Amino acid sequence: MSLDIKSIKKVASLARIRMSDEELERISPRLSKIIDFVEQLAEVDTDNVEPLANVVDIAPKLREDIVNDGGYEEKILANAPESSQGYFVVPNAIEDNT
Amino acid sequence: MTKLTDLTIEQALNGLNNKDFTAVELTQVHIDAMGVHKGLNAYITDTPELALEQASASDVRRASGDARPLDGIPLAIKDLFCTNGVQTTAASRILDGFIPQYESTVTQKLFDDGIVMLGKANLDEFAMGSANTTSYYGNVINPWKRDGDDAELTPGGSSGGSAAAVAARIAMGATGTDTGGSIRQPAAFCGISGIKPTYGRCSRWGTIAFASSLDQAGTLARSVKDNALLLQSISGYDAKDSTSANKAVPDFAAALTGDIKGKVIGIPKEYRMDGMPDEIEKLWQQGIEWLEAAGATTIEVSLPHTKYALPTYYVIAPAEASSNLARYDGVKFGYRADEGDLTNMYEITRAQGFGEEVKRRIMIGTYALSSGYYDAYYIKAQKVRRLISQDFIAAFEKCDVLLTPTAPSAAFAIGENEDDPIKMYLNDVFTVPASLAGLPAMSVPAGLDAGGLPLGLQVIGRAWDEETVLKVSGVIENLSGFKGL
Amino acid sequence: MAKLVKGETGDWEIVIGMEIHAQITAESKLFSGAPTKFGAAPNSQVSLVDAAMPGMLPVLNEKCVEQAIRTGLGINSKINTYSVFARKNYFYPDLPQGYQISQFEDPIVGEGEIEIDLPDGSVKVIGITRLHLEQDAGKSVHDQHPNKTYVDLNRSGCALMEIVSEPDIRSPEEAIAYLSKIRMIVRYLETCDGNMDEGSMRADVNISMRRPNAELGIRAEIKNVNSLKAVGQAIEYEAIRQVEILESGGEVVQETRLWDPVKLETRSMRSKEEAHDYRYFPDPDLLPLKFSQDWVDEIKASLPELPDQKKHRFMEDFGLSHYDASVLIAERSRADYYEEVAKGHDPKLAANWVINELLGILKKNEKTLEQSPISAEKLGGLIALISDDTISGKIAKDVFADMFKNGKDALDIVEEKGLKQVTDSGAIEALIDEVIASNPDNVAKYKSGKDKLFGFFVGQVMKKSQGKANPAAVNKLLKEKLG
Ligand SMILES: [Mg+2]
Ligand SMILES: [Zn+2]
Repeated sequence: MSLDIKSIKKVASLARIRMSDEELERISPRLSKIIDFVEQLAEVDTDNVEPLANVVDIAPKLREDIVNDGGYEEKILANAPESSQGYFVVPNAIEDNT
Repeated sequence: MTKLTDLTIEQALNGLNNKDFTAVELTQVHIDAMGVHKGLNAYITDTPELALEQASASDVRRASGDARPLDGIPLAIKDLFCTNGVQTTAASRILDGFIPQYESTVTQKLFDDGIVMLGKANLDEFAMGSANTTSYYGNVINPWKRDGDDAELTPGGSSGGSAAAVAARIAMGATGTDTGGSIRQPAAFCGISGIKPTYGRCSRWGTIAFASSLDQAGTLARSVKDNALLLQSISGYDAKDSTSANKAVPDFAAALTGDIKGKVIGIPKEYRMDGMPDEIEKLWQQGIEWLEAAGATTIEVSLPHTKYALPTYYVIAPAEASSNLARYDGVKFGYRADEGDLTNMYEITRAQGFGEEVKRRIMIGTYALSSGYYDAYYIKAQKVRRLISQDFIAAFEKCDVLLTPTAPSAAFAIGENEDDPIKMYLNDVFTVPASLAGLPAMSVPAGLDAGGLPLGLQVIGRAWDEETVLKVSGVIENLSGFKGL
Repeated sequence: MAKLVKGETGDWEIVIGMEIHAQITAESKLFSGAPTKFGAAPNSQVSLVDAAMPGMLPVLNEKCVEQAIRTGLGINSKINTYSVFARKNYFYPDLPQGYQISQFEDPIVGEGEIEIDLPDGSVKVIGITRLHLEQDAGKSVHDQHPNKTYVDLNRSGCALMEIVSEPDIRSPEEAIAYLSKIRMIVRYLETCDGNMDEGSMRADVNISMRRPNAELGIRAEIKNVNSLKAVGQAIEYEAIRQVEILESGGEVVQETRLWDPVKLETRSMRSKEEAHDYRYFPDPDLLPLKFSQDWVDEIKASLPELPDQKKHRFMEDFGLSHYDASVLIAERSRADYYEEVAKGHDPKLAANWVINELLGILKKNEKTLEQSPISAEKLGGLIALISDDTISGKIAKDVFADMFKNGKDALDIVEEKGLKQVTDSGAIEALIDEVIASNPDNVAKYKSGKDKLFGFFVGQVMKKSQGKANPAAVNKLLKEKLG
């Protein structure tokens, strides 16, 4: 299957990567090639096979509910491109993220 | 006396203990050598002042009788490990100038064991690549050259800076990370050995993530024994990583007995691929003979889904990466393009901050996870991943380790394979399956190709059995008599 | 209580499902050791993990898991001993990872149901679809700068339970009752403080309209509905908006809308909607969450009595009405107070005094039960005095007012002020004689058949006794004397 420019545009927007038309043209055949390559997976019979998300055969240890972190806003903000009064600062984000 | 830069870590520790030289002297010769080999571009950030400071502290410890296991050993640290107060970039413009306020568990363990950090080694951007050509800081050059040919060769990738530094003797050893072969393939290309331990053996905390279910830290060094010493230091349970295994760490160096009598070596028949160069085939056969001569038996085993490992990997790794790299958005750290509103800021920051290959993989991963494609790509790949993992489990019922070539070719010229992503991906055809199964695997240099370039053999072990991997690799190392640069 | 909306073309039924986000009561965050306290300086309660620094990894807080299980048991739902954390991917400045760690296909709690108590005294069952664990986002502040947004990550990574209901709710009243009930349960369980002002509990409301019992219509999701009152208002508003669209031949757009508590309207959030594709996938940094049924059983054994159980017990053991019982169990502390008052005393009388007198006076004085000057024991003392006829109910009200003012014991006040009821028949007879003597006309009228005047005599006697005469004794003796 080849990836058309419209689909690539949508993916680029989901991934928040700006692409010029020329870039879209350039990346399209390469992405299509990769998609073609991975599509050979379709020929594998995976009926009754459970997906494998992680190979570790261990029970994860849970954390005790104690406060032992935080309290260092200067470290948190140390690499911020822009900050003010203890906040990160970004261009206006309109709607609330709830 | 041999040059200090020619010593193995094991030899250097002896020399330090015998007061033949100090850690400061050992460090200084490496710093000098780094200057000479600047052209390899093996390091993104040199840290000579820090190194000398650490070296003199090491000398003080040794003088007062509190030397630690790796005290005074100068190493290169792949620039994917966050180092407190030292720029960490993942070779990406998006992290240019990023100074972590924390130390990765792996580097902390090494520092606790006394190592000296010479600098942060170059790599493929976010560890995505097999030629170290995707770095924002320029590509790394393999210190090896083809006989009678001055063409610059790739060191492999992604741990290309680590491998080149160790091969060129501007580090005694190095840390690496391996997601699909990123330690083993560059080790093979640079004529050194390198091990990726079992997934969960080393903490991933503080290591910049590429593909979380595959990423595993490991080591590169000029001998199997040196790798064992380094791996000892970085292994172990870390409560800060939920995928870190709470398992006892064996004495890896002690496993290097040379005795493999009675061991069964599996030879996976599906690794005998069409179009594989004769010399690789020949080297593989040579490896089999060495191991048999040392008292092991070899049998043919089958890993029927081998063919699907690469496509599986090229769904899972980009999918995880697309999500892992979402945090590089110009808000909290790293590069920001100051461009208008929020959406512009995001999109231009990421367009300018990431290189081509990274963008390509983010796109593939985003696509594979997007609605309508998730089942066909992502879930399908996870199912095939289980089949691949089961292939190994079945094979290990019949044998103790597997022996395969590490890579389908020797180092190639910089720029080669660049126009065809699939051709580049094929570099990892032998290394990716063990990554998908989370198994320990080591590349050990075993011979040269017709052009005089190093070739590696890969030993893959059962989960948590790095000991047998190291032991078998040590036997190959001994019998091959491989001479590094 | 299903409420039909009368349109121009006929009746419409409101169909509502709710997603409640409840912040889990825990010291530290869901995946980090940073504190969860409300109101700290910006970014002071943020760990490297919460800020999504490169290489940082989540480690699950055991207490949060336990709290989710407790809540799941409290809403009578299935506990899944195997669940999976998944990443929900989207970009927003207060979402530092670029994804929210949540649960998608395999939540920790599955289906269940709860009873809600409606204002008319009836009870309805609402289905629970699921409860899952997830991280909260940070806070975006828009009013600090004209064209910049300020981001505080203190709340980033705090543990939330998202409780999703079936679309079983049919009116604003039911929605309010449902939210109240969930709030009551989590407060009983101490798994969430239920504080809607501080955002510890927030509701998203899914609303669609249909002809009665017809197929489900297209729904809109209203976010940011952060008080019981707003839930009612938002539903009323949205129901009318949708009916107007439908009746004018239009179609409701499936979208996310925002409740504006100032303008009292919902409005489209289409800007966020356009590129929605969350690309959920299992978080590779976290292994599946597995725990034993033994642990669940242990937690179950440690649960307090839940509101509904308590309500039914109050009705059965104390003979209370459904209404009285549901008022008393609304807060765990209130129920405990009541039980303390009722200990050894007439439980119905105790219920009356707690509901009608105590809660009333507390409300008037803007005090909580915890701040009440009258302890449960003291209120019990007052009720004892009523029950054993030491004082009348009327005098008791005065004593109660005094107790509220100065926190004294009822008996002390009664003795100090000499308010003890007069039960001695000799003394009462003397008062009656006086009243009869001074009202010969009325006595004559009464005797000639004007029975209604009996109350007049009672009142006169009580007045003469300054309210202290035992009303029953007065009645009895008056009847004898007047013949
Ligand atoms: Mg929701
Ligand atoms: Zn939610």
